[in-house]
Amino acid sequence: MAESIVNIEVEDLKRVELVKIGGRIDSSNVAQLDNVLKEIAGRKNNVVLEMSGVDYISSAGLRAMISLLRECKKQKGDVRLAAPSERVVEVLGLAGLDALFEVYDTDAAAVGSF
Amino acid sequence: MGSEQSLTVPGRYKEIKRICEFIAAGAAQAGFDDEAIFRLELCCDEASTNIIEHAYGEEDTGSIVVSYEISGDDFIIVMRDQGRAFDPALVPPPPTINLDGTSADGSTGQLRIGGLGLHLIRNLMDEVRFSSDSREGNKLVMIKKLEAQTGKEAS
Repeated sequence: MAESIVNIEVEDLKRVELVKIGGRIDSSNVAQLDNVLKEIAGRKNNVVLEMSGVDYISSAGLRAMISLLRECKKQKGDVRLAAPSERVVEVLGLAGLDALFEVYDTDAAAVGSF
Repeated sequence: MGSEQSLTVPGRYKEIKRICEFIAAGAAQAGFDDEAIFRLELCCDEASTNIIEHAYGEEDTGSIVVSYEISGDDFIIVMRDQGRAFDPALVPPPPTINLDGTSADGSTGQLRIGGLGLHLIRNLMDEVRFSSDSREGNKLVMIKKLEAQTGKEAS
């Protein structure tokens, strides 16, 4: 049986942390994402999540995103989304959480918004 | 139409994808499109996660039995476990999250572990029922109507 694979790439930019996430985010691998995001929240308060490559996300993934948002807001920062896939947009909408994140078409636009 | 198909897996997060694939195959056979199949997978994922987190309390404590069948216009998914009784009806919907900083902090902090998943299930399925008894354990029935799907295909 194929395991759920999530790919995470982190780019440490001047004012923003750019995190590119791809693959499948579910409860079997969300701890991996959560650990990376927690580590980032400890040193940067502005984060862009580039999520064009996410082909599946469950509420476990949403909780990791919300947890990051909470930490960034505490430090007067924000989490913004770049090019989220249709699945990400859909699940955020279904959960009623779509208004929580500003969404940009590209990672450059999202990074530039800070 | 189709007889009941059933799969039993250990209550472990890594097994949830297998449950999703099993349901996806059945849903594809029943005639659901990719979008609807994704939504059914998501519901099974959320329900399985809740079983491990709430009914069993942790991984590798018991098994999850998932089955599906088509009855008339209904695609019926049944998930069973032998853990603690966990009635989804008793879990309140997630709180509304305000966008200003302080409220968002408070509200997001209050999001319950199972609250979001159940909210998604309630939004996506046409019918959700839960029952529990000491002999048969917990039983979650989730029903999606095929009617809307075939109507969509015909148009």
